[in-house]
Amino acid sequence: MGDKILKKAELQDVLRALKRTYEVFVPVKENDFYSFKPLMDEEKVDLSFTNTRLSPKPLVLPQSERMFEFTLDEKSEDAHIVKESPKDYPPRIIAGVRPCDAKALRLLQVNFDNPEFKDPWWVKRRESMTLIGLGCSQPCSACFCTSVGCGPFNEEGLDILLFDLGECLLARTLTEKGERLLQLGGMDTDADSGLKKSADEVKTKAEKKISSHVPTDKLREKNVNDLFDAPFWDDVAFACINCGTCTFLCPTCWCFDIQDEVIRGEGDRIRNWDSCMFPLFTLHASGHNPRAQKVQRIRQRFMHKLKYYVDKYSNGVACVGCGRCVKHCPVNIDIREVFNLMNEL
Amino acid sequence: MVGYIDRIGAIAKRILEEETVDLLIGFKKGTLPMTTEPVLIRDAAETDQLYWDSFCFINLANYLPKREEKIGIIAKGCDLRNIAVHIVENQIKREQLYIIGVPCKGMVDRRKILSFLCGKEVREVTESDREIIVRGEGFEHTLKKGDYLQDNCIRCMHRNPVIYDALAGDLVEERKDPDPYDDVRDIEAMGSEEKWQFFSNLIRDCTRCYACRNACPLCYCPTCFVDESDPQWVGKSIDPTDTMTFHILRAYHCAGRCTDCGACEQACPVDIKVRSFTRKLNKDALDLYGHEAGLSAEERPPLDTYRPDDYEAFIR
Ligand code: SF4
Ligand code: SF4
Ligand code: SF4
Ligand code: SF4
Ligand code: SF4
Repeated sequence: MGDKILKKAELQDVLRALKRTYEVFVPVKENDFYSFKPLMDEEKVDLSFTNTRLSPKPLVLPQSERMFEFTLDEKSEDAHIVKESPKDYPPRIIAGVRPCDAKALRLLQVNFDNPEFKDPWWVKRRESMTLIGLGCSQPCSACFCTSVGCGPFNEEGLDILLFDLGECLLARTLTEKGERLLQLGGMDTDADSGLKKSADEVKTKAEKKISSHVPTDKLREKNVNDLFDAPFWDDVAFACINCGTCTFLCPTCWCFDIQDEVIRGEGDRIRNWDSCMFPLFTLHASGHNPRAQKVQRIRQRFMHKLKYYVDKYSNGVACVGCGRCVKHCPVNIDIREVFNLMNEL
Repeated sequence: MVGYIDRIGAIAKRILEEETVDLLIGFKKGTLPMTTEPVLIRDAAETDQLYWDSFCFINLANYLPKREEKIGIIAKGCDLRNIAVHIVENQIKREQLYIIGVPCKGMVDRRKILSFLCGKEVREVTESDREIIVRGEGFEHTLKKGDYLQDNCIRCMHRNPVIYDALAGDLVEERKDPDPYDDVRDIEAMGSEEKWQFFSNLIRDCTRCYACRNACPLCYCPTCFVDESDPQWVGKSIDPTDTMTFHILRAYHCAGRCTDCGACEQACPVDIKVRSFTRKLNKDALDLYGHEAGLSAEERPPLDTYRPDDYEAFIR
């Protein structure tokens, strides 16, 4: 494994050639924002994005996914038998993933792929993916990745990491999957030591540029009930309109709801994204709702990310500092301020 | 608009000190350029955090329903019309409110500015009466506010508060442009197939996060029809039929009540122009019943009133 070098303009040809073997997804700008879409034949690969509005999460955890099918038709011999819906897992390249979003997939993994439970669809989809990361040379001011165990050139979860060196790109191979991809794409020019040095410089410079920092050191030792009963939740919650924006845009939010939908006797069992911001999230069949108030819901979001997860997995916080919720919350509820409040309680 | 801050602060301080109100709902400065955060203040000493600029797009009327206290609230023209709707619909009483009206010069759409900057990051934004100065690493642009207003503000006909107890500044001149519905007319001119296509495309990226609904003061139902689980009226997936059902029903629930404040559209995380649904209904309410929502705190919305001169013969 090593560092290869290619001209920026060549990336497009390489990815296009790889379409013979893989489905290729890249950030595509539509309606003024970027999201991961299949690379079209005539499309230019555009690396000028800061980050995609929606994270690459839907590529492993689709917002709505048909899990099973069934029929209620008594005449059918399969009546009431729940069968797995046909699915396929074509090999996929996701190119242009930011390091924070790749790290977020690692966080999702503790939920969907752990020694105790394996979500078969999540696991297969994740395994069929090769991630080409793009380091953040120009991190934006709402990002705080370096405070939460990540960084603008963090390698976790990626198979290849691209360094933007101006005219050319340095491709650092991180896994065998990545190596195979580089071979298939015909990227075989080794980077010389001068270019490697430039890549290291780009990285150091970017890390220094991160202007936003949050404290996390005391979260672990805090008593969970003290945080739960902290006096600041009403203030934090006041402006919140309980939309699901923060959780739907977040690359690490993993909650879902399972629904049966039946039309004329034919049914699907569908898994949909859910959000702890929604009242329905905790509504019991009895009609009782343990989180009926918005303050309880907003507390859950922050407690889950910054305390329950921390205590349960000993793996840092459930936030990679991508800044999406900071930028897109319509009422500017800023998780960085909540980090401060909780850590300094 | 930033010129209003001192006056807002002074009035707020006075009404809290004199105990005219128990609490005050306003805005404080956001943590990023072009953001603001609604804030609730109980202590006169804290009124110095009150803030106002052209990015106060959230409609504070949204925070009123079912509150029992005496409340001071800061409201621009459209927000005030939503307060009037709340009063008519018994969500709050006029006596409970001390309204600081803001004669509005239009809200600036942060997404239009971001779109102009093509991905370059804004580090600082300052504004004067007619200009917005946007600074970032290696650039500075002076933009004309008028070119970056929210779509609803471009067409707004009621910039001044309709009911108020105090004003944050001098009343502004209302626009005389008589055609606020040119965009609706374009859609009306489409064939039905084309219209369906237009609206289907419009909501293609919808994530069903419901920020549009939740930002809207009109949506105060204890349980929204999309959240009912017994019976369940709409599917929860992003199936296009369910998504369209949500949008059409939401819009109909706002018929004759929507003030075109634009909060729904500004809150949407994927920039969907949801006002395209409600504006047609606003236009119909005006054309058929001569009604514009929230212009008085006495008149009930047309869809829950009987009038002998109703436009439909079957009802007369
Ligand atoms: S995006 Fe903001 S307003 Fe919406 S639920 Fe999250 S914190 Fe609340
Ligand atoms: S909580 Fe916010 S900053 Fe953290 S990973 Fe999620 S969207 Fe990004
Ligand atoms: S509980 Fe809330 S914050 Fe935690 S993963 Fe689920 S949606 Fe996200
Ligand atoms: S539907 Fe939108 S524009 Fe109309 S009142 Fe509600 S938030 Fe305002
Ligand atoms: S805010 Fe936007 S994405 Fe969310 S439900 Fe409304 S239209 Fe859909």
